[in-house]
Amino acid sequence: MKPDMTVNIAGMSLRNPVMTASGTFGYGQEFAEYVDLEKIGAFVTKGLSLKPRAGNPTPRIVETPGGMLNAIGLQNVGIDAFIAKKVPFLRTVNTPAIANFFGYTSEEYAELALRLDSIPEIAALEVNISCPNVKQGGIVFGTDPKCAFDVVAACRKSTTKPLIVKLSPNVTDVVAMAQACADAGADALSLINTLTGMAIDLQRRKPILANVTGGFSGPAIKPIALRMVWQVARAVKLPIIGIGGIMNATDALEFILAGATAVQVGTASFINPNAAEQIALDMEAWLTKNNVGSVQSLIGALEC
Amino acid sequence: MQFKAMILSNAEVSPGYWRMRLTAPQEFAAAKPGQFVMVRVSGTIDPLLRRPFGIFDVAVHVPAQAGAVEQPCFDILYRVVGKGTAMLSALHATDLVDILGPLGRGFELGSPTEEKLIVGGGVGLAPLYLLAKELVKQSPVRLFAGGRTRDDILCITEFERLGVECYVATEDGSLGECGLVTEALVRRLDLVQGQASIFACGPHGMLNAVAGIAEKRSIPCQVSLEGYMACGVGACLGCVTPGSNHSTETPDFRCVCAEGPVFDANELGWGC
Ligand SMILES: Cc1cc2nc3c(=O)[nH]c(=O)nc-3n(C[C@H](O)[C@H](O)[C@H](O)COP(=O)(O)OP(=O)(O)OC[C@H]3O[C@@H](n4cnc5c(N)ncnc54)[C@H](O)[C@@H]3O)c2cc1C
Ligand SMILES: Cc1cc2nc3c(=O)[nH]c(=O)nc-3n(C[C@H](O)[C@H](O)[C@H](O)COP(=O)(O)O)c2cc1C
Ligand code: FES
Repeated sequence: MKPDMTVNIAGMSLRNPVMTASGTFGYGQEFAEYVDLEKIGAFVTKGLSLKPRAGNPTPRIVETPGGMLNAIGLQNVGIDAFIAKKVPFLRTVNTPAIANFFGYTSEEYAELALRLDSIPEIAALEVNISCPNVKQGGIVFGTDPKCAFDVVAACRKSTTKPLIVKLSPNVTDVVAMAQACADAGADALSLINTLTGMAIDLQRRKPILANVTGGFSGPAIKPIALRMVWQVARAVKLPIIGIGGIMNATDALEFILAGATAVQVGTASFINPNAAEQIALDMEAWLTKNNVGSVQSLIGALEC
Repeated sequence: MQFKAMILSNAEVSPGYWRMRLTAPQEFAAAKPGQFVMVRVSGTIDPLLRRPFGIFDVAVHVPAQAGAVEQPCFDILYRVVGKGTAMLSALHATDLVDILGPLGRGFELGSPTEEKLIVGGGVGLAPLYLLAKELVKQSPVRLFAGGRTRDDILCITEFERLGVECYVATEDGSLGECGLVTEALVRRLDLVQGQASIFACGPHGMLNAVAGIAEKRSIPCQVSLEGYMACGVGACLGCVTPGSNHSTETPDFRCVCAEGPVFDANELGWGC
């Protein structure tokens, strides 16, 4: 018998638990030649802002052992161009599209949530709270439970679509952040975003990234991501989307054991454009081989 | 497209420079000059990201076995600069590598009436051979190849075999003229008086100089750029370069992998 690969997250029913992560899959269309988008559970857009954003100077990316640093600087087309130029493509794909977005004040977040709420092609919203709050001296929303609560509450008032909050790992207590987001009305949590890192060119005595620091992603961050998913899953009663260094089906299933209901594949899509599709296929094969009837039965089934 | 290519040959053509020939599916025969491929150097996570390389040539491979069918093949010309290219140089015939491509926007061939001036610095010659092969079908073509030393001047005899007239300049004078290749380019431009178009690939400083020379004479000039790439398909926005309208107030970034790597020189912001 074919195992049941479907999962439910925040009221969305997904054909399988594998999504692509924000910023690593463009607006869906870029990869359409390489991936059967209708074989993955959902895909998440590049982070959107109210106004278009140019992003950082280059170099913006550098590889480091087992991972990569990026300082794209949230370059994106802005909500208006997104609606005009990117949404029509979403209509052609029978797979839920999740809009990732960010702002610099709670009001900006709320306005974006409201505008995205009115787009029927968008199945759910993912709030990136790893951004500086310009009204509060630049403190990153996602590193202060009070700031995180306020911004999520503001988004919650603006949308009835499923609201996923994407957590930053650059905190001392990820559970406190998760709890604040749950209290503010989040329907699900996705974690982790990138870890802040840097790389240096010894000969030039300069940082390699023009922005000096960047977000670390790729296989090297998986142990940290797994730990955070496990901690949050034990403490907070919300479905979790596990993210961080997932390269293959084994990695994805480990996140599900740790308590994730679904996963997102990021950096792996750069190495293999159809990584997400392949991971979903290989997960199903693993379930069949190990006589597991449904992927749902593995959620949080870690024995420890 | 994404495919597994079999290495047909991999040899050092000059100290530190290698040429690899790989098999490709039928559709690859339509690759345009100036396009590139993303090569997965190893099946492991080290190195993690694919490495971009220009398509040096596209040819037909006739397997030695009786009855075997012809198949397209392509070449890359690469310089060993770090871990990925060092690992690439250690691969052998019959090894398999995963390829994404052909990718990006290639060169526009332009009008047949102009003389075509190709400028290549070092390994920047890589995407220019396939271009020369197309251009010689319709126009006179001249190549200006520059490098630090004679070892950086690659595959000149092959350009000559196409009927391309070649000028060589090295900074240390070990081959051809001593100095920068742009000096020979300027002399030729003064002679043809504007009836020419330029195609260039090489270090940023050289491209900047060539773009300046072309602008002063109002000559069409296309340049092929590099950038740090992760995806190669326009999704990560890692590879961007400033466009002509770029400033901190009015940002204008172009994506090298999807909108390039070949750009019209006046589309770009050279001062940034
Ligand atoms: C569109 C495009 C086409 C290219 N075509 C060719 C080609 O035909 N032949 C060729 O030899 N090279 C080409 N390059 C450059 C080539 O991709 C890099 O030299 C290669 O990725 C280095 O890999 P590595 O692992 O050996 O070096 P790394 O260990 O990653 O780095 C070693 C050094 O190379 C530099 N480097 C790394 N990646 C790049 C890059 N993408 N662009 C520029 N410098 C880089 C780093 O600054 C570092 O100093 C091209 C690049 C692009 C973007
Ligand atoms: C180039 C790049 C751009 C990214 N852009 C965004 C973004 O716009 N919004 C966001 O929430 N996360 C962004 N991320 C983070 C990823 O969605 C993901 O959380 C992170 O890369 C960890 O997963 P991975 O190890 O599988 O890549 C980006 C990551 C990369 C590598
Ligand atoms: S390499 Fe990813 S956008 Fe160009």
